[in-house]
Parts: sequence; structure tokens; C-alpha cells
Amino acid sequence: MNGTAAPTIRTSTGRAIRTEEMVLNMGPQHPSTHGVLRLELVVDGEIIVDVIPHIGYLHRCFEKHCEAMTNYQQVIPYCDRMDYIASMNMDWAYALTAEKMLGIRVPERVEYIRVIMGELQRIASHLIALGTYGLDVGAFTPFLFMFRDREMILDLFEMTCGARLLYNYIWIGGVSHDLPPEFVPRAREFCRYFRPNIKEFNDLLTYNEIFIKRTANVGILPADVAISYACSGPMLRGSGVKWDLRKNDPYSIYDRFDWDVPVGKGEYGTVGDCWDRYMVRIREMEQSLNIIEQALDRIPEGDVMSAVPKRIRPAAGDVYVRSESPRGEIGFYIVSDGTGSPYRVKARSPAFVNLSVVPEISRGYMIADLVAIVGSVDIVLGEVDR
Amino acid sequence: MTFQEISGRLQALFGDSVLEVKTEGVVDPYVKVAPAKVHEIALALRDEPDLRFDYLMCLSGVDHGRELLGAVYHLSSMARGHKLTMKTDLPASDPRVPTVSDIWPTANWHEREAWDMFGIVFMNHPDPRRILLPEDYPGHPLRKDFKVPEFYNGMKVPY
Amino acid sequence: MAEFLADLLGSDILAYVVVAMLPLFLWVLPYALFAVWLERKVSAHMQDRLGPMRTGGWHGWAQTIADILKLIQKEDIVPRAADKTLHLLAPFVVFVGSYAAFAAIPFSSSFIGSGINIGLFYVIAVSSLVVVGILMAGWASNNKWSLFGAMRSAAQIVSYEIPTALALLTVVMVTGTLDLQEINRQQAGPFWNWFVFAKPPFIFVAFVIYFVASLAETNRTPFDIPEAESELVAGYHTEYSGMKFAIFFLAEYGNMFAVSAVAASVFLGGWNSPFGDFMNGPVWGAFWFLSKGMFFVFVQMWLRWTLPRLRVDQLMHISWKVLTPWAFVCLLGVGALTML
Repeated sequence: MNGTAAPTIRTSTGRAIRTEEMVLNMGPQHPSTHGVLRLELVVDGEIIVDVIPHIGYLHRCFEKHCEAMTNYQQVIPYCDRMDYIASMNMDWAYALTAEKMLGIRVPERVEYIRVIMGELQRIASHLIALGTYGLDVGAFTPFLFMFRDREMILDLFEMTCGARLLYNYIWIGGVSHDLPPEFVPRAREFCRYFRPNIKEFNDLLTYNEIFIKRTANVGILPADVAISYACSGPMLRGSGVKWDLRKNDPYSIYDRFDWDVPVGKGEYGTVGDCWDRYMVRIREMEQSLNIIEQALDRIPEGDVMSAVPKRIRPAAGDVYVRSESPRGEIGFYIVSDGTGSPYRVKARSPAFVNLSVVPEISRGYMIADLVAIVGSVDIVLGEVDR
Repeated sequence: MTFQEISGRLQALFGDSVLEVKTEGVVDPYVKVAPAKVHEIALALRDEPDLRFDYLMCLSGVDHGRELLGAVYHLSSMARGHKLTMKTDLPASDPRVPTVSDIWPTANWHEREAWDMFGIVFMNHPDPRRILLPEDYPGHPLRKDFKVPEFYNGMKVPY
Repeated sequence: MAEFLADLLGSDILAYVVVAMLPLFLWVLPYALFAVWLERKVSAHMQDRLGPMRTGGWHGWAQTIADILKLIQKEDIVPRAADKTLHLLAPFVVFVGSYAAFAAIPFSSSFIGSGINIGLFYVIAVSSLVVVGILMAGWASNNKWSLFGAMRSAAQIVSYEIPTALALLTVVMVTGTLDLQEINRQQAGPFWNWFVFAKPPFIFVAFVIYFVASLAETNRTPFDIPEAESELVAGYHTEYSGMKFAIFFLAEYGNMFAVSAVAASVFLGGWNSPFGDFMNGPVWGAFWFLSKGMFFVFVQMWLRWTLPRLRVDQLMHISWKVLTPWAFVCLLGVGALTML
């Protein structure tokens, strides 16, 4: 399907028939662009010649706001709102960076709570990614099944910190609230309930003949292209590169758990196609369940707020820390000038970087394939535009 | 390789272009290079067999104040497993630095954002347009001396 | 039926008008209202939710009526650069194309709108009119995406006409007539007399081919690329609002029943009872016919909410390289078995 240019058609007198490429606009309001993303397509019939993404429709000046904050903790609600689907991981990434600057070690219980919340959030985010991906290729039902399961995770979050989507939970030095007593049994029950549902999703969508036809051999991302475009997360792992920051650049206590990093193998098409990225996300949900169960078994008692400093005043200097969000590598680069207010905060968002590879992998496919490709990148415009 | 070895290698290869190697008093050690040599240094960082920095994690612009802008490159090597922070200082009156988007294609969008937010000009960039803000936006917002314009396209901005 | 009414009303023309309106008002329109509600309930229960529950009390049965009332009141928006005449006519052409097929479909042993002896041929021919309507809608909307949807749809419907016609031809070879009423009469008796079980396995395969091709004829998932919600917003009817959109909607459901009715008539015995003489007769006939038709409508809805959507070139591949060759094989098989 990755075709070359159409052959020139000639009339009987030998003159080439003039064909024109059409410029089509997809978005910013469009059901499949996962937010306000504008894609300018240059198409030849149904075949895409070029894709030019235009972003910035959701730019909310996160970085400038950070400089106006009087306290490093005040930035956390803004971090939530960048990647609103994986807020826990965003907060955690920022907290990790600030804690490295200050040189704080958080208590054990906090580490376990953060891991549990981060992995639950990973499952919830993948459920949205996979559900909306099914919606993009026309399968309406898995979307609702996945949202039903995500509701249970949101109930767990609401029980802990009161919010369903934007938590402001993971603070610099700790977490804002301790786990309520019914959290651990309910979380265990969720893990027991959810594991067979993954098999249900596989039966319904993953191995469906039509779904495979739509996603296998579409949007192939070779491993070297992925690395040079700094793709991360399931985009990179779908191309066969076994690289997960939780194992390769470990942070927090991930090295204490026993789990695997799923990688795309080209089971139904080529390595690095949309089906591989989809399958990596399904398998990651399973691995997250393993981590959560192990963490729930070993979580110690303790204080959750003892390391929270009263005045956060890091020494002048800068630091960059990266962690693994459901979309890939989320990195925060914080520059401090010695006062209590951040001097410069740069959020390196995975969706922003992953989106830049879409023009490269869409040439030669059809418009319907573009929807599948953009869906497999799993972008969240809040994070792309900040 | 440790940071000492990497910076030693760079100093051996590029001598005076490596302006500063900072390890004391900072959480993340860094290397500061001359802006004009950024492209060559980046090529060496990617291609030297024992360096092999194939992954550009982040490229940020910074406004250091006192008429000084900066570009900060965070690199990592998936092959070798080491990381490096490379900085370069640019005068605010003429902030030009060669692009590295031909070395790491991911830099394309990062550099567009640095141009958009700080006004740093990346020479030989294939697509030097603003990325987050509209094309006709006046000024570069993340600079410290940026004043929010009162009117934009006829609409009053501060409310 | 027409003669009975002509005697009653004293005028042939009036009789024909009433005969034409009867299926429309007694069946197609109430069915369309019911089918929209049914689709919402079926989809809801398959997706582990409830669907309409409040309008009218019991399980929201009045939801569609409320929706139609709302659509009637809506402002009719026509894009400024649209072709006004085509924009106005398109929904009606589509509706006529779907509805006119009911003229030759026998609802019961004593009711058929028009007992012409080329009934099946007429049904297939007239239901292709929808292509014209869809192209008109796509062109007149002055919207590149609508045009895309319309062109895809035209290609799809025209391509799938062929396996449809070939599959139906297998039965025609056995019956020797194109008159649907006669085809139904020849399936009298218990259910093993139905044509789907005749000349095994060829007519059964032809039935499957017909059902799959009819999904494409009615633009239902997995062949709903022309109205692919996630790509083209709503394809050729993106720019339609209010009552014109309602007409498109009703036309789609009418079309669904028309193809189901043809499937029931040609393959599954039409108005014949499956138990032979038990529960047979003109009124029972209508009941059996409508039940079989509704069953296929339900299966179409079931498939819509289960399967993803095929891409347009895969759709074409299935039509030309899978269904059509197999339809030819069935045709040859049935021909051979009929001659022997």
C-alpha cells in the first residue's frame, strides 16, 4: 500500500493528462483527530502525498504561567491539565524533577502509592487510547466496554483524592492524601475483575479480521526512524525497540517489581505497524496489573507527607528528569534562580515529539489509513500544545 | 562512559569551542559550547563510535536575563546508555545557532518551538515557522522582557 | 387487492393510490420509527448500557417520535455556495429509490403493491436510484468531504449490485420466474421447502453472498465508509439538517427493510409459515413475512455494533475478488444441478 507516484497517463497524441493534487483540511474540529489538531493533507485521489500538522489550538501558556507562580507546588495543578488523561504521571514527573533539584528522598509508603497510582493511571489512559482507536476504525462497542472499566479506576481515584480526572495528588515530597482504608481491597478487586476483560477486548477487537486488515501493515515506523525522531513509549516499543524508562533509566522503586516490557513483533504484518502499537498497549495493561498487585501486597505503613518541605527554594541551577507516561517519555527541565518561584519550566511532552513523525510514516497510504495512524500515535492535544 | 570521559573527549576533539565543563555545585553536570560549532559538535556526538548520542531527548530555549538567551540540548545514547547536557549561550540581539534537525530529525519541532517562544534563529532550518502561536503573533512570549500586546488582530488582550 | 379497492371506491386510480399508500403509512413509516428506537436499544444493550429510558415511559418507546418532532422544527440550513435544487431534491431521490422497491414486494398472499411479472428485476433496478440521490447530495453540498463520501458510496453501491443480482439469479434459475409473488408460492409448505435449503450448498452460499452484499447496498457497517463517522463526519449528508436529514435517515432504514424483505421473500419463504399449513393464511402470511424481515434488520443492527469498518479499497476487493467469483460459482452450480 505504500505506493509510488501514479504513472503518467498519456492521450493518443502523446500529451500527458494533467492531474492535480487536492489539498484537504482535516480539523481542527474533527471526530478523529483526538482534539484540536489540524492536518493539512495533500492527496492524489485517496493516496496521501504529504501531511502537514498544525498545532497550537490548545496552547494555554503552561510555561509562562509557571514563571508567575510563587511556589513550586503551585505548578502541580497546571501539570495535571497538560495531559489530562494521564494526570498522575504528569504530576509525578514534575515532582520527580523538583525532588531531584532539592535532593529530597520521599518515604517508602509514598513511593508505593505513587507506583500504584501511576500504573492505575496507565491502564486508564490506555483504555481511552484503545477505545477511541476502535471508534476511529469503526468499532463502536469496545469503546463503551473500556469506558465501563475505566469508571472503576476513576472511582478508586475519587475515593483517594476526590477528583476523577485532574487530581493535584502527587506533590513535591509526598502525596496530598493518604490512601483510605478501603482502597487496597477495592484495588485488589479491580485487578481481579479487569484481568479477564483484557481477553474480552482481544476477542472483540484485537484479533478481529477486519481490524487486522485496517491496522496491520499500516503506518510502519522503522526502529531507526523512531529513534532519530525521538519517539518513545508504545510508539517506540511497537517498532521492536525494547526501551522502557522504568527499566532502562529507572526511577522510584520500579526495580523492585517483576514485570515485562512488551515489544512489537510484527505478528500480523510488519514490525512497527499500527497493530503492533495497539498490541503493545494491550499487553502493557496486563503488565501494569502485575505491578499493581505486587505493590498492593508490599505497601508499608508510614507517613505520606513528612518530606514535603515548607519552603521550596532550590539552589540556582537546572535539572532534567524524564519518566514514563502512558504516551512515552515525559521530561521536565526546570531552571531555578535560587528564589521560591520557578525561573523556567520546560515540559518535554511525548505526544508533541511522537506527532512529529506522523508525516514521515503516512506518505503513500490512504486517508482512511491516516485516521488509523494518528489514532495509533495516541496524542493528547493538551500535552502537545501545553 | 562517565561525564568526565565524555567531556574529555569533546575537549580533545574541539578544544576551545568547548567553553565550559561544569561539574561542581550542580545537580546535572553540563558542557557549554560555542554557538558557531554546535553543528559539528552535534555530528561528532552522534557519530563517534564511543559516544553515539542517537537520541535527542529535549531541546529547550532559555532566557538567562541580562541580554543573554540560551539553547539547552539534552542528549542520551540508547546504544551506550549515557546522557549529556549541552548548553550554548546566545546574545539576545542576534541569537543565531546552526540547526541540528539534519542530525536528529526530532529537533525540527523543538527548534520551531524555541524560535516561536524565544526568537532563537536556527540557521538552515528546513521549516522556520512558528508552531504553537499563530503566524502573525507579535513578539516572543517566553522572553523575560515580553510585554503582552494590548490588541491582537483587533481584539483586546488583557481583560 | 387493487380490484377489491376499485370496487369499494369506484375508481381505479383512487384504488391504486390507496394501494401505494398502504405499505407506506401502515408499515414503512411506523417501522422506520420503531427501527430507530430498536437500533438505539440494541446498540445500548450490546454496549452494556441502557439506551432511551424516559421518553414515553416504558423504555423510552416514544423517543423517535420526539426526535422527528424536533427535526421538523429545526432550521433548514443550506450552505451558501450549495446547489439549491440538487440539495433539495437529493434526500427525496434517495427516499424514492428505497421506497419504490416496496411496490413489488409481497407482504402477504393477497397483498402485493403491483403484481408485475418482472418484480425482482424491478426491485433491484429501482433501488439503484439511491446512487443518484447520494451523488446529488455529495455534489450539492459543496464540501470536499461530502463529495468524497458520495463518490465512495457510488462506487460501493454500484460494485455490490453485481453479487446481489447474481445471488438472486440463482433462485430465479430454480423458479423460472422473476415475479416475487410466484417465488413465494413456490416455497409453500414446511421450512425445508424454502429456497435457501434447495440445491445445497449453492443457494445457501448465494444467500450468504446476498446478505453481505446487501449490507454494502444499505451503507451499513462494516461497509459504512460513505458515512464513516470518524473520518468524514457524516459523509454525504454532513451538510443536511432538520427534515432533510430525517428523510435520509428514514430512507436508510427503509432500504434496510427492503433488502431484508427481498432476502426473506426470495430465500426464506416470504409469507409462508415455516410449519406448513399450521398458522398459514393471508393475515398470518403478513406476520411471518414481517417477522422474517425484522429478523434480518436485527442482524444488520447486530453486525453494525460488533464489527469495525472496512477501508474503501478492501471493500472493493471483497466485492470484485471474493463475492462476485463465488456468486458465479453458485450460479454455475445451481445451473448444473437444475439441469441434472
